[in-house]
Amino acid sequence: MADNLLKVQPIRNGTVIDHLRAGAGLKILDILDVAGTGNTVSLLINVPSSKQGRKDIIKIEDRELTESETERIALLSPGAHVNIIRNYSVAEKTAVEIPEEVAGVARCPNTNCISNNERGATSRLLLRSREPLQLACAYCARLVAEEELQFL
Amino acid sequence: MDHVVTIQDLADDEIASILDRARELLPVARGEERSDAVVGKILATCFFEPSTRTRLSFETAMQRLGGNVIGFADSRTTSHLKGETLADAVRMVAGYADAIVLRHPQEGSARLAAEISDVPVINGGDGAGQHPTQTLLDLFTIREELGKLEGLTVGLLGDLRYGRTVHSLAAALARYDTTMHFIAPESLAMPRRVTAGLPDGWSAHTTLDGVLPELDLLYVTRIQKERFPDPEDYVRVAGAYTISAETLRDAKPGLRVLHPLPRVGEIATDVDETDHAAYFRQAFNGVPVRMALLEMLLGGD
Repeated sequence: MADNLLKVQPIRNGTVIDHLRAGAGLKILDILDVAGTGNTVSLLINVPSSKQGRKDIIKIEDRELTESETERIALLSPGAHVNIIRNYSVAEKTAVEIPEEVAGVARCPNTNCISNNERGATSRLLLRSREPLQLACAYCARLVAEEELQFL
Repeated sequence: MDHVVTIQDLADDEIASILDRARELLPVARGEERSDAVVGKILATCFFEPSTRTRLSFETAMQRLGGNVIGFADSRTTSHLKGETLADAVRMVAGYADAIVLRHPQEGSARLAAEISDVPVINGGDGAGQHPTQTLLDLFTIREELGKLEGLTVGLLGDLRYGRTVHSLAAALARYDTTMHFIAPESLAMPRRVTAGLPDGWSAHTTLDGVLPELDLLYVTRIQKERFPDPEDYVRVAGAYTISAETLRDAKPGLRVLHPLPRVGEIATDVDETDHAAYFRQAFNGVPVRMALLEMLLGGD
């Protein structure tokens, strides 16, 4: 742990996403769209972890994640910890969990599903299995595997 | 029961009571007796794509029960083409009618409508998705023809990949300890997402040979031309899955053949005269089954 801290400076305010599944960090940066925001971001890949073997860590300065963003992280790396940092200390710590239903987060892969064709419709995916991750569209019942997830 | 979107929405006892009631309603369905079970009620048949059989049997069912029908048969006659959303159309129709039958080319449309409508929505077919009243009338026909649903040996033949009718039917038959044989060309085999949900007791075949003598029921579906890029392949494959009186020579005398209709040559007309043919009675059964459902959704008690 101390080693990790030496590599990357602690942040004053913002979010630290810890215990990410190794390899999930890049994808998560992508869906959080950090490049466009101007926040300072650091990503650590394949950090040795006593619990997980290897893990990824993301630190985003001056930004607290929304619920929808947390849900996206949960889908890609269930069990990750989201720490909200205020004035150098952890103000809130949550282990992200995939909710029973994710609405407006990822689209149904069925292009002929009403949720992809109706103006104003919100996609709804229901959790069927956590391990391996499997969701089902609440409208057309199409099953969605992790590799099929397309975030909105 | 509020909406009927998928066959999975119906519990075993709800299916049983619909089938029982459909049987009692047979004389009314034939026009031999009168009913005023839903008098004063209005059913809206909203067909965003044409389906003559489904629409007419719902309209007949409603009128035989003393109710009235409004609706449209084709999206070309609606404001859908002007860009109206399904949600807006459903809100409007829910204000005009006591129940809605929805036929729509996109999967999941009936579920979306059910979320919005404050009157019952019946799924009359959503794209390649579900068509629960077809499944109910198939179950009713099987029970009427063979006297029971439990423990039968059933063959499903033809296009098992794209045919939503056979997907729902297989899922429903799994509730009744059915031995299922899926007979299809390899390119049109039953998809894994359907078989994954079935208990043991099913097997896949590419030919009817050897399976036929065991069957109590053979459910035939149409192999559609548009599934084959090469028209010659279509002719060859479709020809190999054609049923005639000769094909059925080794069948049990009590075998019944069903088909959701319309047929295009996959059952030769010489089968019509055999005791095996049950598909025209099956088509009629759409009326009493839909009557039972409408009565349940709209009847006073």
